[in-house]
Amino acid sequence: MRSNPLSSMAIHGVLILYSALALFPLLLIAINSFKSKKGIFRDPTALPLGELYSTKGYQSVLANGDFPLYFGNSLTVTLISLVLILLLGAMAAHGLTEYRFKGNGLLGLYLILGIMVPIRLGTVALLELFVKLGLTNTLTALVLVYTAQGLPIAIFIFTEFLKSVSGEIKDSARIDGLSEYRIFFEVVLPLIRPVIATVAVFSMIPIWNDLWFPLILSPGEETRTVTLGIQQFIGQYTVNWSAVLAALTVAIVPVLIMYVIFSKQLIRGITAGAVKG
Amino acid sequence: MATLELNNVVKQFGQVEVIHDISLSVNDGELMVFVGPSGCGKSTMLRMIAGLEELTAGDIQIGGKKVDHLPPAKRGIAMVFQSYALYPHKDVRGNLGFALRHAGMPKAEVTQRVDAAADILGLGPLMKRRPSELSGGQRQRVAIGRAIVREPEVFLFDEPLSNLDAALRVHMRVEILKLHQRLKSTMIYVTHDQVEAMTLADRIAVFRDGVVEQCGTPLELYKNPANKFVAGFIGSPAMNFIDSNVVNGCAEHAGQAVINMPDGDSNHAKVSIGIRPEDVRVKPDGILSGTVQVYEHLGGEAYLHLLLQDDQNLVVRTDADSAYRIGDTVRFDVIDSKLHLFGENGVALPRQLTS
Ligand SMILES: Nc1ncnc2c1ncn2[C@@H]1O[C@H](COP(=O)(O)OP(=O)(O)OP(=O)(O)O)[C@@H](O)[C@H]1O
Ligand SMILES: [Mg+2]
Repeated sequence: MRSNPLSSMAIHGVLILYSALALFPLLLIAINSFKSKKGIFRDPTALPLGELYSTKGYQSVLANGDFPLYFGNSLTVTLISLVLILLLGAMAAHGLTEYRFKGNGLLGLYLILGIMVPIRLGTVALLELFVKLGLTNTLTALVLVYTAQGLPIAIFIFTEFLKSVSGEIKDSARIDGLSEYRIFFEVVLPLIRPVIATVAVFSMIPIWNDLWFPLILSPGEETRTVTLGIQQFIGQYTVNWSAVLAALTVAIVPVLIMYVIFSKQLIRGITAGAVKG
Repeated sequence: MATLELNNVVKQFGQVEVIHDISLSVNDGELMVFVGPSGCGKSTMLRMIAGLEELTAGDIQIGGKKVDHLPPAKRGIAMVFQSYALYPHKDVRGNLGFALRHAGMPKAEVTQRVDAAADILGLGPLMKRRPSELSGGQRQRVAIGRAIVREPEVFLFDEPLSNLDAALRVHMRVEILKLHQRLKSTMIYVTHDQVEAMTLADRIAVFRDGVVEQCGTPLELYKNPANKFVAGFIGSPAMNFIDSNVVNGCAEHAGQAVINMPDGDSNHAKVSIGIRPEDVRVKPDGILSGTVQVYEHLGGEAYLHLLLQDDQNLVVRTDADSAYRIGDTVRFDVIDSKLHLFGENGVALPRQLTS
């Protein structure tokens, strides 16, 4: 598509506007995290210069020795859940699209039903289950819940994508002598790489941001995630805003890093839709 | 190189039987073409030979050995697909050598075989490219190369040229023919293009609805089609069929005797007369006549679409320097020895040639 400079400018104008809109809250958090509480309330949009500048927030976050632990917990839970979602989701989608067996359609429907039923509705039952299993206050509980939460949409997206991929390439691999597992890992996975990135980003953010399940399933000191850890600065009567914002700013960083890692593939996944050889 | 035997092969998908008891043998070094309309089971047959689809009944032998229970990789076959099925994340060299490396062949030998195949197909300058950076014809060549490097006993092609444009298709057809002459291996080639079938095949098997209607050399099928379906499928433009009544041992048309029935054949009251467009002679004193409805001029030759007296249609080839207008009446003769007769069930009747 050739476009004249005017419409190109208009497009970029809209995009810049949108970016500004999306970035504004993040920027506000980052800016205010470098101010004292007074500074935050006196002038929320001012840059942290001169007397407004204060690192008290970061100091109180760092002084709280548990934050690295919370970070570790969040990272562990997010990464393990992500790997499980992507691996199991892609495998399920591959199985559903590639093999003919009785109940294939029903199974597919069952697996993606979770898109319509929020997993939080089952919180009580889940809690009971984890109590019986003795998994409360463990990261395992969180990983299991998040994997279950992320799988339906992952399976749905992977299945839709794999349906559009010609089956002949898998048959060709079969003739080349690959086992079914190697077909999955060496042929199917590379084919769906851009979609993997898309699903990864979409699945990662809700997990990282979640407060609900850590609060209910694993509120223990040892298993707190970042989102839960931040709550300790939000007291019943006073809120240590500098510390909250500082912690939030730090919490954004890993998400940003992961996003940057995936973004090239993500954009390809969204725009290309299919990678035909 | 090997022979291939199909014995009473049956295939069902669930309750639906799509291949009905097909037996066929392909000789060593032969290029056999499966041809037939869409959905008649050609691909299914090919996939069963490759081992990608299980047989419901019957067996398949390659080189005299039963292969029904061998996985595709152990059958000594290689297959070229319609969509090329190249690995998009590997370059041409990677694609060509993948099967061999996977089978654990030493690096030096892989390189040597890949280079040899690339040489045959003229892929040398493209070795570092990804499939997405190749044209359709180049991709198809890589797909064929991938089959060649495995040095299979039997090559299987499933409509390899149908994604290419007309000119490239003709070109690649010649390349495949050359390849066959060079490798002298057994090949099975699936197509629904009868021109492709006629030009490539040592023998053609005509499929319809899961059965082989006839199997023979292109010329056999052209000259002696076993039934109306084969007659109509082989040859372009297609054979004309004129419904006709039998009167006094003669098949007639519009009160005019066209051809004698075979000696002693009194079982048929109605027959179809099969007339190829090229077996009609237009001349002023011809015994039959029709009105011109369409006049197609192809440069070297021309075709008249005639409406006969009893509202039947007939396509006739004429020489290119004749000129006709729509509505003209044209008289013509048919060449008796080249006519075909089909009974009401579509089966060809043996003919007694009139001189
Ligand atoms: N996996 C399947 N499940 C059910 N039916 C199938 C399956 N694969 C093929 N069929 C049916 O088997 C019949 C033969 O299909 P096949 O693909 O062999 O046709 P074909 O001769 O190759 O046609 P084309 O020229 O269009 O490729 C068709 O009626 C098709 O609907
Ligand atoms: Mg087919």
